[in-house]
Amino acid sequence: MNGFPILSLMLLVPLVGAVGSLVAGGKAARQIALLATLVDLALGIVLWLNYDIGGEQWQFTERARLFAGFDWALGIDGIALMLTLLTVFLMPICIGASWEAIEKRAGEYYAAFLFMETLMIGVFAAQDLYLFYIMFEAGLIPMYLIIGVWGGADRIYASYKFFLYTLLGSVLMLIAMLWMAHAAGTTDIPTLMQYNFSPAAQTWLFLAFFASFAVKMPMWPVHTWLPDAHVQAPTAGSVILAGVLLKMGGYGFIRFSLPMFPEASAQFAWLIFTLSMVAVVYTSLVALVQHDMKKLIAYSSVAHMAIVTIGLFAFNVQGLEGAMIVMLSHGLVSGALFLSVGIIYDRLHTREIDRYGGLAINMPRYALFFMLFTMASVGLPGTSGFVGEFLSLGGIYQVSSWVALICTTGIILGAAYMLYLYRRVVFGDQKHADAAAMTDLTFRELAMVIPLGLAVLWMGVYPESFLAPMRADIAALDARVARARPPGDARWTAGKPVAAEAPHAEHNEGAH
Amino acid sequence: MHPILFIVFLPLAAALIAGLGNKAIGPFAAKLVTTAALFTSCALSWPIFLAFLSGTAEPSVTPVLHWVKSGAMAFDWALRVDTLTAVMLVVVTTVSALVHLYSWGYMEEDPDQPRFFAYLSLFTFAMLMLVTADNLVQMFFGWEGVGLASYLLIGFWFRKPSASAAAIKAFVVNRVGDLGFMLGIFGTFLVFGTVSIPQILHDVPAMAGSTIGFLGHRFDTMTVLCILLFIGAMGKSAQLGLHTWLPDAMEGPTPVSALIHAATMVTAGVFMVCRLSPMFEASPAALGFVTFIGAATCFFAATIGTTQWDIKRVIAYSTCSQLGYMFFAAGVGAFGSAMFHLFTHAFFKALLFLGAGSVIHAMHHEQDMRYYGALRKEIPLTFYAMMAGTLAITGVGIVDVFGFAGFYSKDSILEAAYGSGSEIGSFAFWCGITAALMTSFYSWRLVFLTFYGTPRWAASEHIQHALHDAHGHGDDAHAHDAHHEEAHHDDAHGDGHHAPVTGTGGYHPHESPLAMLLPLGVLSLGAVLAGFVFNHAFISEGEGEFWKGSLVFGEHLIHAMHSVPLWVKWAPFTVMALGFVTAWYAYLRNPSVPAAVAEQLGVIYRFVYNKWYFDELYNFVFVRPAFWLGRVFWKAGDIGIIDRFGPNGAAWVVAQGTRVAQRVQSGYLYSYALVMLIGLVVGISWVMVR
Repeated sequence: MNGFPILSLMLLVPLVGAVGSLVAGGKAARQIALLATLVDLALGIVLWLNYDIGGEQWQFTERARLFAGFDWALGIDGIALMLTLLTVFLMPICIGASWEAIEKRAGEYYAAFLFMETLMIGVFAAQDLYLFYIMFEAGLIPMYLIIGVWGGADRIYASYKFFLYTLLGSVLMLIAMLWMAHAAGTTDIPTLMQYNFSPAAQTWLFLAFFASFAVKMPMWPVHTWLPDAHVQAPTAGSVILAGVLLKMGGYGFIRFSLPMFPEASAQFAWLIFTLSMVAVVYTSLVALVQHDMKKLIAYSSVAHMAIVTIGLFAFNVQGLEGAMIVMLSHGLVSGALFLSVGIIYDRLHTREIDRYGGLAINMPRYALFFMLFTMASVGLPGTSGFVGEFLSLGGIYQVSSWVALICTTGIILGAAYMLYLYRRVVFGDQKHADAAAMTDLTFRELAMVIPLGLAVLWMGVYPESFLAPMRADIAALDARVARARPPGDARWTAGKPVAAEAPHAEHNEGAH
Repeated sequence: MHPILFIVFLPLAAALIAGLGNKAIGPFAAKLVTTAALFTSCALSWPIFLAFLSGTAEPSVTPVLHWVKSGAMAFDWALRVDTLTAVMLVVVTTVSALVHLYSWGYMEEDPDQPRFFAYLSLFTFAMLMLVTADNLVQMFFGWEGVGLASYLLIGFWFRKPSASAAAIKAFVVNRVGDLGFMLGIFGTFLVFGTVSIPQILHDVPAMAGSTIGFLGHRFDTMTVLCILLFIGAMGKSAQLGLHTWLPDAMEGPTPVSALIHAATMVTAGVFMVCRLSPMFEASPAALGFVTFIGAATCFFAATIGTTQWDIKRVIAYSTCSQLGYMFFAAGVGAFGSAMFHLFTHAFFKALLFLGAGSVIHAMHHEQDMRYYGALRKEIPLTFYAMMAGTLAITGVGIVDVFGFAGFYSKDSILEAAYGSGSEIGSFAFWCGITAALMTSFYSWRLVFLTFYGTPRWAASEHIQHALHDAHGHGDDAHAHDAHHEEAHHDDAHGDGHHAPVTGTGGYHPHESPLAMLLPLGVLSLGAVLAGFVFNHAFISEGEGEFWKGSLVFGEHLIHAMHSVPLWVKWAPFTVMALGFVTAWYAYLRNPSVPAAVAEQLGVIYRFVYNKWYFDELYNFVFVRPAFWLGRVFWKAGDIGIIDRFGPNGAAWVVAQGTRVAQRVQSGYLYSYALVMLIGLVVGISWVMVR
């Protein structure tokens, strides 16, 4: 790209759009918002096409000193590229989902969304510690507003809970960042990723970052803000919350915790595993008994995010790549599921599962797409959900068969709660006249679900498109954490009469 | 281009056209496209099979697309064709093509035909991906794909609560097995460093005597891997413990039962064990486990089959039982016999199901055999087809002369179990012999209740419905099934005290249309001849030439099978005859006997009739606790503890804190000093304690 500041442009476009929406207001706001997000999507595709796989680790870098100790430093690697793409892909869909649903203060609403897009891309592109922090934390504000202003009946409680949870972690993370910048003498993230903190310091730093990322993830038991936030948020808010904001926790782990504190990561892996195992079983069972569709999907998100954390802390390539694919896949699938809920919510204005039923009769197209996304959520091979889950669980098996066993029960429980939901909403007879009178997907809705559906299948059938850009970065991270890698519990040992060659020894340490 | 590409992907293309085109292209085009695709696939499959049969074909792998590459974990989409695949290809495409054709007649009146045919073709695609898999993950793709198709087809009549419940049950119970399969794949990757099947099988010998850790203990490597993988097979093939979904799967339309829940999908587990036979051969313990589960299933399911009244359920339990035979054949090392029985079973069991479908069609969706009787004159062609199927499943034949399909395959399994000489082998043999007796009994019972005796149609609600509403015979017919079953449930307990109403009620059953009779004819041919024609290739000496190393072939076992004592060779025939006579006596000669026996046996009868109470047990142990725990975690865990002491607690503390702070900011110097002092003390003590 010859030094063209495309990342800055990608941050600028939504920002300009935000100002435009705010000024224009009303119906014009949504058109401006759609245009801005589509331009950003186009820029994202340009970014992808120009990303040099196998080239330098950090590409499209920009650096400008704003004032002493604070740089406008941007740049992405394959991991950030993929999450940026996820963001720009989901944003036009969010605008589409809000197209008719939002009438109150439309200008402010779209401005908040566009501002959030800037901040989200900023999180993934930031190469300066403080710049990252600002983007990371400022991202809360538009979300807080979106829930608090355009949300449901209990929006105040939900937004306050959301803010309280995330704030606590943030403070600790800021303190840790200040200490790190002081100790390492730099705020440059790529440099810090190579810096070796002493193991004792790592412990505290890890815990400080963990406080923030665990809440964002969210990990059990700091997950209770998520169901409330989702239930109260407008559809598009849920889509972006599940699709991108939850990925910031995982991104934080992969960008900060693992490369900067490898020893501490290994030291606390047991904690991550325990919380993740509890999360998979606990939240899946809770999802099973929900009456509210959004709450059900919110709880399922917690269970899926637990698969991300075990993959990340498996300390091998399969686990890391699996975790990344689960994040991308979950971004698409849970976004699509919240969108599916929104589509029928717009018609009937209730999320109560029992108010629906028999939708396959009057909404066959909807039934088809909802089935596709349900199956992707369940992790059916051929959809995106499977690839990530399979690699992630395969990665953790190399570390601990117990963790793998417990977390793999997620495929049973996941099938149970998702199919039970699908059955109550789509199958059965039409019990309520108003639900039976609902019309099938409109053109606008098809324009949102078809791209999502195709992306889900693409990632399931040919994930290489998404794995290839990340491969070198994951390999580098794998090499970085190798020194702290815990031994697996499988420990294959050859039998007595084994042949002279022992070709399998290296596999015990996870593949390279 | 290798024909396998067309064989596999034509059904997918047809499924997409029919499914997405749906209303736009109309039912006729949807049926035409899917059926034509399947017949093309079938026509392309037979030459491949015959080439392997004549020994002129070589195994091949056709690459399609890269799939996943993550470190050493790499697997691609590829289509493998060898003898084992070729056998499955003809089974799958033949039965599927015939079932497509049959459905033209059976589903004639359904308003949702494009969807049905799309699902059928989608299933076939997934099944073909399974049998052509060159790596474990693609096999898992097919495995789950057929699970999806099965889920969709069981729940095809989604308005019926019982159908969608059965669909979920099938999917979730299968997922329990899949948990084992997935862990098995992970373990295999960990040990072998690859998921490529040929590579794994090649490296198996080096694993002899090795151990790995699993769940904190150390076990023999191959035993752990094989048992994990076999748990997957148990789910898909409805073996004891994970079988509960199969009888409920009969909620699906009958052609589905024939294709998926008899001939193809449920045999996937057997196929998997045969495909991975070198792995299983390396672990005697795992083989013993396979034998035990297979033998127990074959016995257990046969007992239930003897007591059921629903014609489809009888055949469903029969399927479960026959799958048990295949597994214990594999367990004793007779993988060729297992595959042979899979092959012949596909024909005769599909025939029995489609025949049952024809009966149900004629009887206006009545499935309860208590309301059948004397149908042989009314629907003679269906009767002949069912007879062919019954002769095949009961294994009628004369040693060294001629036998129906099941005669060759089942006898070879029993001989192998006896010939293996192991204790578990003879356990399997006796289970198998007893099950053969019951198989003969329930199969003839089905025939006698359905086709012989006096008509008992008048009492059937379905028939009543047909008589009162002669032109309304259509879309809503299925909707009555659910209600009807409820009504029968009460009768079930009162069995024996209950004298069935006889008479035709003025109803005239009609023979099925040509589209349904044609498949019955072709499958009858298979049921009669498949064993006689192919037994040399599959299970005689020199079997290895046919299989070409695509499964483990134990020459010594073949010799042992040939040298079993004469009584072992004649035992299956004897029990078959015994079962026939018993059924004849109890259901034709003296029809009061069954009720009297049921009365006599009391508790045992109820235990068997209620399917050994597995559903009740699982409901009590798994389903209800899961919901209970979910509610506890939600109400007590999330709301009662986490929220209460977390964010809400924090809010409370903040609120209290503000009040305290207001009081503290009193302006008096001493209170500030006190606070500072306390802070200092706490700080110092913390430093000192550390």
